[in-house]
Amino acid sequence: MEESPSVKSKDLNVAEEFEKSGMKRMANFVVIGHVDHGKSTLMGRLLFDLNVIDQRSIDKLRKEAETIGKSSFALAWVMDQTSEERNRGVTVDIATNHFETEKTRFTILDAPGHKDFIPNMIAGASQADFAVLVIDASINSFESGLRGQTKEHALLVRSLGVQRLIVAVNKMDTISWSQSRFEEISQAMSTFLTTANFSSKGITFVPCAGLTGENVVRKVQTSDASWYTGPSLIEALDASEPGKRHIEKPLRLTISDVFKGGVIAPISISGRIEAGSVQVGDAILAMPANETATVKMIEVENKPVDWAIAGQIPTLHLTDIDPIHLRSGDIVCTPKDPVKLINTFTCKILAFEHVLPSSVDVFRGRLHTEGKISALLARLDKATGEIVKKKPRVVKPGEVSRVTVVLEKELPLEVGTRVVLREGGNTVAAGLLEG
Amino acid sequence: MRLERSTIDKHGSGSAILIPEEPEDMWHAYNLIQPHDHLRARAMRNVKKESSTGTVTSKPIKLDLTISVISTDFDIGSGQLHVAGRVAVENEHVKLGSHHTLDLELNRRFTLIKGVDSKGGIWDSVALEMLREACETERKAELWAVVMGEGTANICIITEHQTIVRQRVEVAVPRKRRGGIDGHDKGMEKFFSTTLSTLLRHMENAKSTQQDTEKTTPLLLASPGFVAQAFQSYIKAEATRTMNKTLLALVPTILVAHSSTHHVHALKEVLSSPAIMSKLSDTKFARETALMDKLTTLIRQDDGRAWYGPREVERAVDKGAVGRGGGVLLLSNALFRAQDVGERKRWVKLVDKVRDVEGGEVRVLSSLHESGKRLEGLGNVAAILTFPIEDLDEEDEEVVNHAASGEEMVI
Ligand SMILES: Nc1nc2c(ncn2[C@@H]2O[C@H](COP(=O)(O)OP(=O)(O)OP(=O)(O)O)[C@@H](O)[C@H]2O)c(=O)[nH]1
Ligand SMILES: [Mg+2]
Repeated sequence: MEESPSVKSKDLNVAEEFEKSGMKRMANFVVIGHVDHGKSTLMGRLLFDLNVIDQRSIDKLRKEAETIGKSSFALAWVMDQTSEERNRGVTVDIATNHFETEKTRFTILDAPGHKDFIPNMIAGASQADFAVLVIDASINSFESGLRGQTKEHALLVRSLGVQRLIVAVNKMDTISWSQSRFEEISQAMSTFLTTANFSSKGITFVPCAGLTGENVVRKVQTSDASWYTGPSLIEALDASEPGKRHIEKPLRLTISDVFKGGVIAPISISGRIEAGSVQVGDAILAMPANETATVKMIEVENKPVDWAIAGQIPTLHLTDIDPIHLRSGDIVCTPKDPVKLINTFTCKILAFEHVLPSSVDVFRGRLHTEGKISALLARLDKATGEIVKKKPRVVKPGEVSRVTVVLEKELPLEVGTRVVLREGGNTVAAGLLEG
Repeated sequence: MRLERSTIDKHGSGSAILIPEEPEDMWHAYNLIQPHDHLRARAMRNVKKESSTGTVTSKPIKLDLTISVISTDFDIGSGQLHVAGRVAVENEHVKLGSHHTLDLELNRRFTLIKGVDSKGGIWDSVALEMLREACETERKAELWAVVMGEGTANICIITEHQTIVRQRVEVAVPRKRRGGIDGHDKGMEKFFSTTLSTLLRHMENAKSTQQDTEKTTPLLLASPGFVAQAFQSYIKAEATRTMNKTLLALVPTILVAHSSTHHVHALKEVLSSPAIMSKLSDTKFARETALMDKLTTLIRQDDGRAWYGPREVERAVDKGAVGRGGGVLLLSNALFRAQDVGERKRWVKLVDKVRDVEGGEVRVLSSLHESGKRLEGLGNVAAILTFPIEDLDEEDEEVVNHAASGEEMVI
């Protein structure tokens, strides 16, 4: 017997609805960079100066931060909300927040800088249209960041498909807005980023100070900075072209969180729609569980809506499914065109480190699984993709090669998916799934 | 394992009477028993009996059976070893050649006979070395380990020869969300309590098979970030709250370490870190991990001083590069479990050559430890050479080239 659907669908043509709605353009960006370089503070400042966060809330955070001797973190606490993050003064997981300018609705994905939480950073980066790379300009900090996550994060977002980068040269207050330091950093980063295959057109350098708010939303006033005539951070953000949206393609959404949404529905999920659209009443299929559910309600930025499209990060409230079938990292798709499960694939990789056949952690968005590089098939020419050497014994950093990856279990992965391979806490390679 | 008696001649034929005493001994037995060996052990067999009235009844009786081994089946989790074969020595109840599966049990003796069947193997150097290792009596290192992340924990027991994942605990922990931090904290609390109760259950189970029940096996907690530390605090608080004896005894043995992920293979980083190594002293696990680290470092340098893969390594040995003065041959014990006797002989020959002729070092790694798994990834065999050799990998097979030129590169 066919169960009657518990939620009525309006059967909307979502692509048309989207056209009609005249919806403001939207963009998600991930904030990346070495630990403590000021990512969360900068975002807290941005939200405060745009009046998304009011004075009272900030005063409250200031007071709380002072009582545990962490007053300099008050603005960061807008993003850092768990007790662990606040006590330790580091971001652990992605914080999401929203704001809008005249032209665009933005979603912030504030990533952790600490090396241990790169899995979370990858999850954030894979939801982003572009990235803001925050660099601490003060003496030695820039240099130690280069040896640390400044480079690794930049390489990661590039291999996850991000092409546009705003480099926020931050904490300019600590170096009296030194022009030469700004230029030194911009120079060094440009060189590195172009070798990492960012085009110089896609990169903007912005000097700023999140703590004081200079050149974030407000223009910088101090005479030390009179040499600077470029955009503020908000202007640079606004100048970003929105990413491509694949609305017409079949639905693909990567679950980044599963939670009990309250009285509305027994279980809720959130995550970015990579392709397609979803509307209230739709039946969706969760993979790898291969279980269907009904979309009871959709929220975007905490407001109920009838539909959501590629590029958005909605919350879907679901019924007709047992929560055990939903896990972060899973893929939600349309039952009409489901994602296939695979456990072995070949992959074209760019090596960050030496690559040998070995066990690796395989990342795709929130998905994180054990696997192994079972064979090095060939070393490839970086420009043409032709085979240079078959079965190399080892692949060196910077080389491109084709490898076979075997996963511990079957997962929903498709050709063209970007994956990151890590081992022992280091990113070994980033790759593009070939088949 | 206790060796009661052995009669092995200089050609490697003969028998060993063994008594497995702890769960790990089953793993040794599994590695020792090969197809075509003869195995004698206590068995249960249904025997048909015809009574004076002519009714046939079937009754299980205990008897000693000798089988010629066909295959072995080892369940890592439960440590059970089943050996299938055909009855090789006739017996008043069972016909020669009939099928039987012997289930080896703890504290029950069995006799392993090699060299009786020309199709099978003998007590070769590798088998003798395994036998010696299995019967070492010195106190062996043992450790519980929980490798964890937010919401996932792998509970493992690490012994001299095995790393066994006892259970994987998964609890959905909601991520942080604006205005909804409660879910995260509650989720973590539930995750910790589930992990701890699961761990305690496994510890109790293990105790029941242990001879010395007073001994507390140390506990290693490893995670990225702060999860392991937080779990340690949770255990301490629970111990004081409940005054549970097992918990109170456990608290002082806890070691906390950093790992890059919650996956079991992250254990290799933990166990090779100097802080933990010094506490584990000289375990096989730690030694093998160090050796694999050395090997992979050399392979990365790509200067021909280290090679992996069966053909490459054999060629290196042939060229005399794995000998005195630093040559090391590394093999996984999986190679010696080869069902194909010829395959086993191939590797025994290589071992003997390196050790006895060339004067190099030979290490057989356990495939149940992370180091053995790493070696498995490299084709189960690798070598550190005394001098560099290039191009041991010539004449490769074809690789299908499905790269279209001009397509977008990865980065
Ligand atoms: N002087 C000065 N200090 C800053 C500025 N921005 C951030 N800081 C300080 O830098 C420290 C770290 O700031 P966070 O915002 O937590 O850094 P983060 O990059 O988010 O750190 P993780 O998320 O843990 O990687 C805090 O003490 C801030 O007050 C700035 O513009 N000037
Ligand atoms: Mg932060």
